[in-house]
Amino acid sequence: MSAWIMAAFMLTAAVGAVMVILHRNPVYSALSLVLTMFALSAIYVMLGAYFVAVAQALVYAGAIVVLFLFVIMLLNLRSQKPLKESLGLRAAVGALLGALFIGVAAGTMWTVLKPELLAQTADTFKDEGHTESLARLLFQNHLVPFEAVSLILLAALIGVVVLIRFHGRPPSDNTEESNDA
Amino acid sequence: MELAATAAKAVFIVAFILAIVPMLVLGERKVSGWIQDRHGPNRVGPGGLLQPLADGIKFLAKEVLAPKSVDRKLYFAAPALLLVPALMSGAIIPWSKPIPADSFIGKLLSAENWSPDGIPFQLARIDVGVLYFLAIVSLGVYGVILAGWASNNKYTLLGGLRASAQVISYELSLGLAILAVLLMAGTLQVDKIVEQQAGFGWFIFYQPVAWFLFSVTALAETNRAPFDLAECEQELVGGYHTEYSGMTFATFFLAEYGNMAMSSALNVSLFLGGWTLFGLEEMLPWYLTFLIFLGKVLLFLFVFLWVRWTFPRFRFDQLMRLGWKMALPLALGNVIVTAGAVAVHEMWDAPLWPVMAAGQLALIGAVVLTSVLNARADAQQRTQA
Repeated sequence: MSAWIMAAFMLTAAVGAVMVILHRNPVYSALSLVLTMFALSAIYVMLGAYFVAVAQALVYAGAIVVLFLFVIMLLNLRSQKPLKESLGLRAAVGALLGALFIGVAAGTMWTVLKPELLAQTADTFKDEGHTESLARLLFQNHLVPFEAVSLILLAALIGVVVLIRFHGRPPSDNTEESNDA
Repeated sequence: MELAATAAKAVFIVAFILAIVPMLVLGERKVSGWIQDRHGPNRVGPGGLLQPLADGIKFLAKEVLAPKSVDRKLYFAAPALLLVPALMSGAIIPWSKPIPADSFIGKLLSAENWSPDGIPFQLARIDVGVLYFLAIVSLGVYGVILAGWASNNKYTLLGGLRASAQVISYELSLGLAILAVLLMAGTLQVDKIVEQQAGFGWFIFYQPVAWFLFSVTALAETNRAPFDLAECEQELVGGYHTEYSGMTFATFFLAEYGNMAMSSALNVSLFLGGWTLFGLEEMLPWYLTFLIFLGKVLLFLFVFLWVRWTFPRFRFDQLMRLGWKMALPLALGNVIVTAGAVAVHEMWDAPLWPVMAAGQLALIGAVVLTSVLNARADAQQRTQA
């Protein structure tokens, strides 16, 4: 029974992901992405990873795709015309890169998904609940990599601000505009 | 029988929200009338008590019109996308103390077989409770933004964009305000947070700043006055639901008031001790603790209505400044102060509340100081200009 439900969610996630790139209307593309995120979240719930499931819904469905929609509506993007260019070389490179990605992902799963490793993980989660053990892993065992990743995000944010702030003019003449007088 | 109990709780939550909305609408009109020194609705039934029934019949009997140029699929999906999260968010609220196994309902469900300690009056006791609430509530914004877009009308689109910008901005402060409570409680489970507050340990006494922030951002999250810019009738006709009529419009109404009720319920559970009442709850049967909880929720709902007729609506730039330049730094400061106090408490075994009180006072002092300095700087700038 639960295997069938799981399969249904997996199918939903895959269909949503394909719809994201196939739909002509960007609003529907963004909504398909929400569908995929939701299906992923449901899969995490079925695997017992409640925290990951809720984080998935909260961060991706609740915040990031809302921002996508926001931008789509601000720019007033309407349905796009189908591409008329030939995709020959690009399709070939894309297929190659896709195959490479699938290879790397499969290799990772092959090395990580060992029964004894899985049993060990299940044991750590059983002792003190999923959220707490995840927090321990992130903020004690792997604190430095975790903070390093957050620094990368911060650097990207600062980069965007710099690009917008100094777009088209040298940084020297940034006279402070007063927005309230 | 456990399944029956779960189903009964789910039905209760939906029924509760759908039943409290008409009462709230009547209450809103009566309180508005009282504040403005007039009667309010008083024609239908004794003292206007049947007004919600008349409203409901009117909504149901009206034709549901869809303008020609709308995106039909999303136009009709949008109200549902708003209402469903409002109904789902009640799943983690503990409504009363556990229903004892030897009570009438406990015997009816033969609770001694599967839950001898009593049936928890809470649908989902998941270990990510509060996060679940935040995740579900943050999905409600899709209904607003899609209603605005699918109506294919510039006023509705502006209303939808305003609402989503506002909800995204205030969600951060809301989350950080809750985080301060979570730091103290050390758990995300709402029923455990309520149990920790039994006696005189209500978190509002430890976290007045977080409580204030939560209450203000809850107003913004539910699009209530003075944060109701999404439906600002002087500028946007009716906002994102301008093109809706009949029952589709009523669905937006249901969702808005349902969200108000649920955010008040969470506020009561996190800060005002949920169904506890200074130790009195030990002696009371479970249904009276439910009434205690309900009373606190209604108190908050009254404050929602009161605020509406007390503060004028913000301008959009004021709204953004309040959200990003005041609420967010204050919430961040509160998290740092709380974390510091909890650390001091745990490392040196200091009593928690004097440390916390000192931290909160320092925080309030800092806010007062910066606002005084800001006002001075503004005045100086004005005299120079």
